[in-house]
Amino acid sequence: MPSDADTLIRLEGVHKSFGDQHILRGLSFDVRRGQCLGVMGGSGSGKSVTLRHVIGLLQPDAGRVVVDGQDMAQTSEADLAALRRRMGYVFQESALINWLTVAENLALPLEETTDLKPAEISDRVAHTLGLVHIPDAADKFPNEISGGMKKRVGLARALITQPEIVLYDEPNAGLDPRISRSINALIRELSDTLEVTSLVVEHRIDCLKAVADEVIFMHAGVALVREPIETFFDPDEPKLKEFLGV
Amino acid sequence: MDSTSDILTLAFGASVLYLLYQMRSFRKFLGAAGFRIELGIKVLRRLHHLPRRRRWFLDQLFTSGIMNVHVVLLVGLFVGMILSLQMGIELARYGQQDQIGVIVAASMAREMGPFITAVILAATVGSALAAEIGTMSVADELSALEVLSVDKVSFLVLPRVVALAIIAPFLTVLCNTIGILGGGFVAGSQLHVGWGLYMDSAIQALRTTGEVIQLPKDVFAGLFKASVFGGIVAIISCSCGLKAKGGALGVGRATSHAVRDSIIAVIVANYFLTWILYQN
Repeated sequence: MPSDADTLIRLEGVHKSFGDQHILRGLSFDVRRGQCLGVMGGSGSGKSVTLRHVIGLLQPDAGRVVVDGQDMAQTSEADLAALRRRMGYVFQESALINWLTVAENLALPLEETTDLKPAEISDRVAHTLGLVHIPDAADKFPNEISGGMKKRVGLARALITQPEIVLYDEPNAGLDPRISRSINALIRELSDTLEVTSLVVEHRIDCLKAVADEVIFMHAGVALVREPIETFFDPDEPKLKEFLGV
Repeated sequence: MDSTSDILTLAFGASVLYLLYQMRSFRKFLGAAGFRIELGIKVLRRLHHLPRRRRWFLDQLFTSGIMNVHVVLLVGLFVGMILSLQMGIELARYGQQDQIGVIVAASMAREMGPFITAVILAATVGSALAAEIGTMSVADELSALEVLSVDKVSFLVLPRVVALAIIAPFLTVLCNTIGILGGGFVAGSQLHVGWGLYMDSAIQALRTTGEVIQLPKDVFAGLFKASVFGGIVAIISCSCGLKAKGGALGVGRATSHAVRDSIIAVIVANYFLTWILYQN
C-alpha cells in the first residue's frame, strides 16, 4: 500500500449516474507518483468517465477524487485551473479546435496560461510536433489531416505544457502499428525519464504491455482486478478471463 | 354520480400534471435566463481581454457584417416600400400623402431598422454561432478548452458579442437608408408624391434632437437599440451553443432555440428600451 506522499491520484468510492444509468458504483484506486497505470474494461464500463472525474470535468455523485491532496469537488475554480495546468488530457476523439491550425492548437494553452514569448512558443510547438512524428503538419487545419494525425496532434497538445500528470483516453486508436509503437515508446519514456504520472485507458493489449506498470480491469463500475503488468494477462478472475478470451 | 366523480378526479389529475409541467418549464426558463444574464455579466467583466481576441473579433465583424449586407439591403428595401404603400394609401384618403416621408423615416429609424436588422442577425449569425459552438460542445472541444485552462467566455463568447453589438448599428444605418429610399420610390411611383417633397419631409423628421443629448434622437435611439439587440442575439446564441449536448440532434435543437429565443428577447427588450427612451 503506497504512502500518502507517494499517491498522486486517489479515487475513493466514486459513484456516478447519468439518468438511470449507474456507471461508476464505488470505484476506488490510486495512482502513485511517476507510475503508469493502465485501465482496461468493456465498452460502457466507465473508463472515460473515470478520466473525466480525475481532470475535474465531471463531479462524483458520491465519493471523492483527490489529486495531489486536493479534492476535485471541493477545490476553488482558480485552484482547479492551476491543478489542470499541471495535467494533460488526450481525448478519445482528439477534440482539436477546428478553426485553428495544428500549430495554433498546440500554441493555445501556452499563449493562454504562460508568459512565454512567441518565439519560444513556436520552438516548443515545433519540438512537440517532432516528438509525435508530424513536423510538417503545423500549418494544416484539423479537417485537412487524417484521424491518426489528429490523434497525434491531440497527444502533442496534451504534452506541450510539460505536465506532471497525463491522462490518455485510448491513445492508440486509429494509429498504424509503426506510429503506435513510437507513441507507446514516448509514453513510456515520459514516465521513465520525466517521472510523468500516467493513467492510460486502452483496449489494446500490446499497448498496455508497452507502457503500463500495473493494469486495473474495470467491470460494472468498479476496479475488479489490479495486477502488475507481468501477471495481468494471466488472470484468475473469471470476468477478466472472459474479457481477454483466455 | 360515479362517472361525475371520475371526470372530476381525471380533471384534477390533468390539472396537477399540467401545473407540474408548467412549473418545470418555468424552472427551465428561469435557469436559461439566469445562465444568459450571468454570461452577459461575464462578457462585460472581460471586455479588457478584447485586444487579445482582436483576430477573432475582426473575423466575426466580417462574417456577421459584410456577409449580411445584401440580406439587410434587400429586406430593408421592401420593408420601406411596404411601409410607404400601407401608410400612403391611408394618408391619401385624407389628402395627407405628403407626410409619407415623415412616417417612413421615423418608423425605419425608430423601430423597423433596428428590429429587422436584429431579426436578420438572429436568423443568420445567431443560428451559425449556436451551431458552431454547439458542434464544439458535442465534439468535446469545449471540454478540451476547459482542460487546457482556456477561459471559454473570453476566447469564444467575448469577440462574438462585441462584434455583433458593433456591427448591428452599421447594418441598421444601411437598412434605414435603403428603406427610406424604397419608401420614396413607392411614394413617387404609386402615390404621386414628389421625390423632393418626400426626402425633405423624411430628413426633417430625422432632425429632431433629444433634450439631453443634442443629436437626432430617432436615429441615435434606433442605433443604440440596434447595438443592444446585437449583443442580446450574440449572448443568447452563444449560450444555446454552450449548453448543446446529444450530438447532431442537440446542435439542431440549440440552433432553433437560439433563433427563437433571440427574437423573443429582442421584442421584449425593444418594448423596455422604447419605454425608457421615449417615455417623455
